[in-house]
Amino acid sequence: MDLAYTPEEEEFRARLREWLGRALPSLPPKPSPDDWPGRRAYDLGWQRRLYDAGYADVHWGASPTVRLIFLEETEKAGAPYVGANFVGLLHAGPTIAAEGTAGQRDRWLPPILRGDEVWCQGFSEPDAGSDLAALRTRARRDGDDYVVSGSKIWTSHAEVADWCELLVRTDPEAPKHRGISWLAMPMDAPGITVRPLRTLAGSAEFAEVFLDEVRVPVANRVGDENDGWRVTMVTLSFERGTAFVGEVVACRRVLRELAGEARKNGRWDDPALRRRLGRLNAEFRALWRLTQWNVSEAEMSGGVPGVGGSVFKLRYSHARQELYDAAADVLGPESLDLDRPWVLDRLSSLSYTIAAGTSQIQRNIVAERILGLPKGR
Amino acid sequence: MRFQLAEDQRALRDGVREVLARCFGPEALRAAVDDPGRLDRALWRELGAAGFFALRLPEARGGVGLGLPEAVLAFEEAGRALLPGPLVATHLAAGDVPGAATGEAVVTAVGNGLVEWLTEADVVQGDAAGAVPLRAVDPLTPLHRVPVGAPVSPLAVLLTAAEQLGSATRTCELAVQHARVREQFGQPIGAFQAVKHLCAEMLVRTETARAAVYAAAVTAEPADIDTARLLADEAAVRGARDCLQVHGGMGFTWEFELHLHLKRAWLRTHRAGPATESEDRLAAELLTESA
Repeated sequence: MDLAYTPEEEEFRARLREWLGRALPSLPPKPSPDDWPGRRAYDLGWQRRLYDAGYADVHWGASPTVRLIFLEETEKAGAPYVGANFVGLLHAGPTIAAEGTAGQRDRWLPPILRGDEVWCQGFSEPDAGSDLAALRTRARRDGDDYVVSGSKIWTSHAEVADWCELLVRTDPEAPKHRGISWLAMPMDAPGITVRPLRTLAGSAEFAEVFLDEVRVPVANRVGDENDGWRVTMVTLSFERGTAFVGEVVACRRVLRELAGEARKNGRWDDPALRRRLGRLNAEFRALWRLTQWNVSEAEMSGGVPGVGGSVFKLRYSHARQELYDAAADVLGPESLDLDRPWVLDRLSSLSYTIAAGTSQIQRNIVAERILGLPKGR
Repeated sequence: MRFQLAEDQRALRDGVREVLARCFGPEALRAAVDDPGRLDRALWRELGAAGFFALRLPEARGGVGLGLPEAVLAFEEAGRALLPGPLVATHLAAGDVPGAATGEAVVTAVGNGLVEWLTEADVVQGDAAGAVPLRAVDPLTPLHRVPVGAPVSPLAVLLTAAEQLGSATRTCELAVQHARVREQFGQPIGAFQAVKHLCAEMLVRTETARAAVYAAAVTAEPADIDTARLLADEAAVRGARDCLQVHGGMGFTWEFELHLHLKRAWLRTHRAGPATESEDRLAAELLTESA
């Protein structure tokens, strides 16, 4: 049991820190939250910088500990987050790397790493949210193509994406988990309509995607036909297992800023509020240790995160909401001003117990797959 | 970074679990409950012989020569087994108080307003003048109230957190075992989401506390120890309550061991002083550079 880093890991950290110190001051200003083309260009520009400096493949080319250091240092330095590259770098990329053919890896991975292509995720459907496997988007085989019809929802970055990791039903007769396939769909194919959805935070963060007889080459299928559910579970284990490392670091910084603000505006003298911040400090310190524990476990078991990610996601998503609720109490009436820091974060934190599997679904996963409790009806 | 149990740490944990199963199994627990207030001296010496008290004492001084992480693993097992006695005080006195290391002497210490096992102890650390007995909630921990309390050392806080972690682990196991086999409405109750989600939350609290307690064992830093204490208290107390809920009426009986876990968990939450003190220290830490 050890929290020390190897000399190689420390050297990586020092080199990265030094590079960030040089690279960050030359960044252009961040685009406005609703300027999607601007955000795409900004995020891809940063990815290109990472690529040129040799850090682009850290999400799937490096050891889990090196990846942890990368996320810790970039967050601490205030570097841009993956942003529009989220799905490509953290979902589709790792999935293609693990399950794709050599040809598929050559076609899709380099453009993700170089910051040339953006991916979005076509998993959720209007009538199949938490019950992901109830999806109904159909793909009918026609020669060398699948012909896809249906609709997807909650698709982040759909407006600016080049590719979509798409789940389709290829065998409507099979049991619902068995008749699904995983396709890479080009977003410029005829028959695709994207309609932005406005969130309660006021931004057009994600979209509905309508698919009307869209032709997708059979060669774009990753994994076997009707084996898409298993391929998807690989994707989701990445999403739940390691997607939040940088965010825990960010939450710990926000907590320090909150303490500073409370000291400034006098609310620090309220013992109940102060102790709530102290308890949140314990919470995020523990979540950071749990992150280190999970990363070490992944390191020792060969890199693919397990269901332990659900344990982390459950605790973290609720802690994040408590953090921004505490922020509102530090701000007082100013928490009703959208121009104040933390107010938009409070609104967006409401999605954390829903996105990537609701807390209820995560509890089922923990209970059934870790504790071995029987499946319910 | 290898923040996982090493091979020899696993072996140590399993070894302690075996020793405790042999010298303090369910029958010994039941016997202790039936004869409260008496400390089993033979058990104490057996713990001494197994190296429980001398675990961190250097080999040159007759100890086992292991570190804080290993001590934390041993205390986790003690908490899991509901082992009675002033374990933390005796362990911390090994090397200073003659006989403590071998289990010949029972050592207790004046804590935050309370002393455990005062009349059974051979040596009392701190001023127990004016101690008044009280009718203790936990039948396996006799208590005296003292007019002047003493500060509790960070190591004692950490070892107590380790006991809480062991208790949380055990009550989660008990709940899950019951939920798997107990049938109601034609199926195991663990198939119902209401029960399933209680169990899942027990595991989440336990595993979060585990990471915090083990990290504090590695760093021994004050903020890590305060964190471990708050998280482990929460996991042990809420875990025992949820375990009781999963067991229904059976959980409310004297016969079922669960109430002993809950009562001991409550007791341990008081060892380090009010939780608000830990929260205050962790709040103050946010204003420092090192947070």
